[in-house]
Amino acid sequence: MNEQASAPRVRTRRQSLISITKRPAVPFVRAVAVRAVAILAALVIAGVVTILLTGENPISVYVTMFEGAFGSGPIIWKTFQDIAILLCTSLAVTPAFRMRFWNIGAEGQVLAGCLACAYAMYRFGGVIPEWLLMIIMAVFSVLAGAIFGLIPAVFKANWNTNETLFTLMMNYIAIQLVEFFLKIADKSGSNTVGPSILSHGWYPTLFGQKYLLNIIVAAVLTVLIFFYLNYTKHGYEISVVGESENTARYIGINVKKVIIRTMILSGAICGLVGLLIVGGTSHSIDSNIVGGRGFTAIMVSWLAKFNPVMMTLTSFLLVFLERGAGEVSTKFGFNASFSDIISGIILFFIIGCEFFINYQVHINAGRKRAGEPEKEVSGQ
Amino acid sequence: MIDGNVIVSFISRAVLQGTPLLLGSTGEIITEKSGNLNLGIPGIMYTGAISGVIGGFFYQNSVSRVNTALAIIIPLLCCLAGSLLVSLIYSFLTVTLRANQNVTGLAITTFGVGIGNFFGGSLIKITGSAVPYLSLSSIAKAFKHTLPFASKLGWFGELFLNYGFMVYLAVIIALVASYILKHTHLGLQLRAVGESPATADAAGINVTAYKYFATCIGGMIAGLGGLYYVIDYSNGIWSNDGFGDRGWLAIALVIFAIWRPDMSILGSYLFGALYILPNYTSVSLQSLPLFEMLPYVVTVVVLITVSLRKKREHLPPASLGLSYFREER
Repeated sequence: MNEQASAPRVRTRRQSLISITKRPAVPFVRAVAVRAVAILAALVIAGVVTILLTGENPISVYVTMFEGAFGSGPIIWKTFQDIAILLCTSLAVTPAFRMRFWNIGAEGQVLAGCLACAYAMYRFGGVIPEWLLMIIMAVFSVLAGAIFGLIPAVFKANWNTNETLFTLMMNYIAIQLVEFFLKIADKSGSNTVGPSILSHGWYPTLFGQKYLLNIIVAAVLTVLIFFYLNYTKHGYEISVVGESENTARYIGINVKKVIIRTMILSGAICGLVGLLIVGGTSHSIDSNIVGGRGFTAIMVSWLAKFNPVMMTLTSFLLVFLERGAGEVSTKFGFNASFSDIISGIILFFIIGCEFFINYQVHINAGRKRAGEPEKEVSGQ
Repeated sequence: MIDGNVIVSFISRAVLQGTPLLLGSTGEIITEKSGNLNLGIPGIMYTGAISGVIGGFFYQNSVSRVNTALAIIIPLLCCLAGSLLVSLIYSFLTVTLRANQNVTGLAITTFGVGIGNFFGGSLIKITGSAVPYLSLSSIAKAFKHTLPFASKLGWFGELFLNYGFMVYLAVIIALVASYILKHTHLGLQLRAVGESPATADAAGINVTAYKYFATCIGGMIAGLGGLYYVIDYSNGIWSNDGFGDRGWLAIALVIFAIWRPDMSILGSYLFGALYILPNYTSVSLQSLPLFEMLPYVVTVVVLITVSLRKKREHLPPASLGLSYFREER
């Protein structure tokens, strides 16, 4: 191109071996196939890494992974509990993501929900009837999550404050608030406030299964969010704002209102997750109780292309990996961080494979011109 | 009454505490100036730290007498190589494969922290020590060499001269980065890429190369921050998760410094001071977490203020967080 020739300091490749174009529409089969190949490749690499680091037989490693997630009845329940909580968190961040509001503060919003729930249990436990306490816990949690979502949204809507950085900071504010609560609630200075102090307001166990309530909530929420995003006016407005704020404004959508409303919803669902964690399951709180799920949820949602139904699969995959790799590290006596490495590797593959779904790589297209040097694309 | 010595020791400890943040934020500023929001910085700092520690560990164990120059060079090179590798993963995924930067960054952080703790844990196992940490005392000694006359100069020596070389290196890197970004052609082109890659591309700037370059250099600088923390600040003692959330604090600092490495010097020492302030005041144990919240609250306030004032040069790079694809213009 001529304009490039006129910029003397920059060398350009006129003819490249590789050119890249965006695919107009992606056939479903191809999308599934690429992802399947990526996951397989990831598992192979993860297996190789495991063997290199440990010298174990790969088959036994995979078997152990499977056992870690589905080895016995209680383990399966725990796996589904983890999926339920992760799925709910992912569902929470999804409306905001569809709007291209990069809420990476789910961790903090869930934690705020946990904190509000724990505070209600601590403050009102034993003072008021259990049923009333449960209602207060629910209201507190949802409100706290919503407020944590609302604050960055207001600034984003009115002054275009960078929401990614804002929500990221809110996570740490939430963590320190929880630490503060721990110091207040437990004078002994321990790092966790457990069931002995939070002894009231436990949500009932359904049919003797501790985790069933959470799993049902997750299932219902999946359907609701799917419906909300795809079949309601709100969902439509979210999509339009996500595609183009200017278009949204042009067709008369109040963009500010949509941003704030959606983030309140996002935060409120996160708060609900906090309620499920503290009031429904653990009856204890510490500053690491969310355990990075708020961040994992972002990946779950993104990998599923913000589709609630697909998210059941992606959350399943990530929980399987985490629990499986956790089992591997226990059984073979590694450090627990081993599962983080494996999850990381697999995530890289899944993240990278999206490119091959959305873009077409033409090799040796001499007539076409592209800016990508060859070596960068040949890595896959 | 406040004792002068206390103030001097407070400031010098704030500097020590602030240095990893300074390196991390300088690296992240350079990265963000190219439009890449690298949320993998915490992971990269862990990886850089453990790479250096591994290098130092094997060197220290392989020789009977540690050579000072080698004891510095080997961990440094290992650290740079480790953080470069992880930065390359990030760049490849986000620039070449155009993956979402937030998702990739978070995955890098998971991966990097995992690498750090896994290999840290393994090394601890190799040494067979009963304590859950790893000590590289002779490497640390090499890093902590100070000017011989520093201790003789009283408060002046303690305040300005009594640090290991990496403290000065961090300041120099920040100043050089600041100069390059502001006053050189290279910096101008880099900023152009971060503000509007399409415009930069049309002007003949190789957007891909700049993004790779900035992300890798930035990652390597940030990795040094991790290394400094372990080898110098913690006296060569690696303990798992010991680095804590400093990586995120470094990202916060980028905002606080309104994307200027020279501002980041002041900012990081201020954050360092906030970190250690509770030790010097009669803060009750209960309100300690509120103190620790301060850096984040301050950052949020700065973020809001900057967006309210809408001064162009204080805003985040316009294309921050977005992948660039030429044919989507």
